Amino acid sequence: MDNAISVAGLHKSFGHVKALDGLSLTVQSGEVLGFLGPNGSGKSTTIRVLLGLLHADAGEVRLLGGDPWRDIAELHRRLAYVPGDVNLWPNLSGGEVIDLLGRLRGGLDERRRAELLDRFDLDPTKKGRQYSKGNRQKVAIVAALASDVDLLILDEPTSGLDPLMEATFQTAIREERDRGRTVLLSSHILAEVEALCDRVCIIRDGRDVETGTLGDLRHLTRTSILAELAEPPTGFADSATIHDVIHGLAVEGTRIRFDVDTSALDDVLTRLTAFGVRSLTSQPPTLEELFLRHYDKSPEDQSPEPEGMR
Amino acid sequence: MSDRRANPLVGTRSLIRLALRRDRVTVPVWIVILGLIPSSAAGAYDTLYPTMAERADLTGSIGANPSVAVLYGPGFDLSTAGGFTAWRFGGFLALLTGLMAVFTVTRHTRAEEDSGRAELVASTAVGRFASLTAAIAVAAGASVAIGLVETVALLATDQPVTGSVALGLSTAAAGIVFTAIAALACQLAEYSRTANGIGSAVLGAAFLIRAVGDSSTGGRWISWLSPLGWAQQTRPFAGERWWVFVLPVVTALAVGAVAYGVLRHRDLGIGVLPPRPGPARAAARLASPFALAWRLQRGALIGWCVGTVVSGAVFGSIANGVGDLLGDSEQSRDMFERLGGSGNLIDAFLGTIAGTFGMVVSLYGVQAVLRMRSEETTLRVEPLLATRVRRRQWAASHLLFAFGGAALILIAGGAAIGLTHGLRTADVGGGIAEMIGATAAQIPATWLIVAVGVALFGFVPRWSLVAWAVAAFALLIGMFGPVVDAPQAVLDLSPFGHIPKLPGGDVTAAPFAVLAALGAVVLGAGLVAFRRRDIG
Repeated sequence: MDNAISVAGLHKSFGHVKALDGLSLTVQSGEVLGFLGPNGSGKSTTIRVLLGLLHADAGEVRLLGGDPWRDIAELHRRLAYVPGDVNLWPNLSGGEVIDLLGRLRGGLDERRRAELLDRFDLDPTKKGRQYSKGNRQKVAIVAALASDVDLLILDEPTSGLDPLMEATFQTAIREERDRGRTVLLSSHILAEVEALCDRVCIIRDGRDVETGTLGDLRHLTRTSILAELAEPPTGFADSATIHDVIHGLAVEGTRIRFDVDTSALDDVLTRLTAFGVRSLTSQPPTLEELFLRHYDKSPEDQSPEPEGMR
Repeated sequence: MSDRRANPLVGTRSLIRLALRRDRVTVPVWIVILGLIPSSAAGAYDTLYPTMAERADLTGSIGANPSVAVLYGPGFDLSTAGGFTAWRFGGFLALLTGLMAVFTVTRHTRAEEDSGRAELVASTAVGRFASLTAAIAVAAGASVAIGLVETVALLATDQPVTGSVALGLSTAAAGIVFTAIAALACQLAEYSRTANGIGSAVLGAAFLIRAVGDSSTGGRWISWLSPLGWAQQTRPFAGERWWVFVLPVVTALAVGAVAYGVLRHRDLGIGVLPPRPGPARAAARLASPFALAWRLQRGALIGWCVGTVVSGAVFGSIANGVGDLLGDSEQSRDMFERLGGSGNLIDAFLGTIAGTFGMVVSLYGVQAVLRMRSEETTLRVEPLLATRVRRRQWAASHLLFAFGGAALILIAGGAAIGLTHGLRTADVGGGIAEMIGATAAQIPATWLIVAVGVALFGFVPRWSLVAWAVAAFALLIGMFGPVVDAPQAVLDLSPFGHIPKLPGGDVTAAPFAVLAALGAVVLGAGLVAFRRRDIG
């Protein structure tokens, strides 16, 4: 399958601030890629480079087979963009903005426009600041989804949407995927990414730190184990193979609690059964946990991690 | 209800500090430049008019000329440096200080609401009136500071104390009146741009009312309807009339009270007039960057056209009076020549008006160019440039209004001057042709200023607002440079100084060609830089 987006070794600095520091990113045609990262990690900068709004300092960027900086007008016919921070012109109504953006992209699907307005419960006759943040966001979402394009670039599109609209949005994105459209979905709402995305790319400090399917990534995370044993687990963690893969071990008589690298789950459970397991509670890894493991640390104790993760 | 119990002014002091922090460059620049103008003019008076005979003659000649009074107001006593300065600059200082007040109040109230930042501030522990009060305090404080610098600088050049104090106070009072007017405009307008438009329109009307009053023999009372007229009627250095200061004070208090009354009942972010719903579908023609630019720029363009045509008609209708009253006084001719006119007095007067139009319309052009920057900083341009609209198309759609609009306004203004002047001289066709020629001659110079704005936007977008300073600099040189006896090298910096004086002057192609070529180069370089730079 060819790639809708491929980025390698992307660098971008603003003055002394390094926004992107060797980012790589691949979006395959027809997939929904979740682009995850905390505030200020470089998601929007990456998207602005992909849109040809920013000029990369270094690196390879291909978008729909073209150069986003040079071939801007041809490429933009084939993509639609929803910014994370939607500002509308104060003297234009929402309906006018939807029509204008659609026409500038090369045309709107009238039926889809009407259907989306209805589904998102959006009043197109209000103007500019009369819309709430969520409704401004909806104007941009409807304008993008009603356009006939190959690629959707969505930068935190649901910030400000209520849970009901979030569900509507997820349904709409699934429909887009079923029609064969490619979606780059930048987000920090993990449930949304888990629900929608085929693959996930996690970035931190302007660099991709993790990419793969949700299954792949879960494999790299830790599972929490709480067990009631027949006898105290004396010497359970003495062997190096066990010691290196479990974390936060707490033993209280015959109760044991620890986190285990999911890849070593089999070995650890085998060893645990030697003490006679009476009851066992395990918590499966969530994307949230994965996310927190990448971000909930200061850069110093982050450094040995890449070896451990590979 | 709650504001009866809670103090509605809580947090004002913090907001004043915030406003001063944001204005730490703009406000001091206004204060220093406006504050120092009168003393520098007073200093040049002795050089310009060295003999007592010349000085004594001034009041009776140009001081009494209604056509001159259109621009500068009545000359009460021009035989002293102070009196001459007050006449020559008093009105403009009041006008420019009023402009500063309008922009300052809007920037810290409605513009903040438009950006959404006001909500953030309003959600903290600040009272309902804190934001408006802080804006008023800063604008009124800056007005007083301008007056104070004027007074101190005049005293430093050994001008009489009473006159120096009166001139400073007259400027400060005008600034305070327009602070109150802007405060009210901010409550009525739907957006900050409208608020600035209302404030500027009131200023323009105040200038025109005063101009009409001062130039008509039977209708001098009309000037008393204008806050700018009051500034001059305090008669600094010419038998000060302190009671006149009652008028601005009472007006400011009354208008300010209405503003607070409206604010009490107004929702944040919305004007008093209820917002009307817009169309659910866009008109078929709203399908190009140009169509969007028209929607965004048309209000300013129409407003400027109307303002220029009205003032052009007023100036044109009184031009013929210059000759009637003065004959060929050497003094007046000398003065108009210093201002940029030449030949006979009527031509000199018309030439001065045409030149002033050129300089003032460059402010429109700068405003139209800077619209691109505000589209960029509000992130509204990003979704547009993410469609198949190219950067150069988008820039062209706005620059059409900046350059074409400026030319259109100048031609319309020239036609209006020519029409009313032509009606007086019974040569409408000739008058219109002549005056369109005179204002159209300014276009290359106006365009050069606008092009500098484009270059700033292209090369150093963060410094785009410096374009205002460039336009203001040309305006200051053109209006005040000759009177303060500025060196020729400084006068030559303004592109308007190189335009032949029309009507009446000799037209050669060279200055137009040079200015146009320079403008094209600057514009082209700016556009190339814009295409290559980062957006945002």
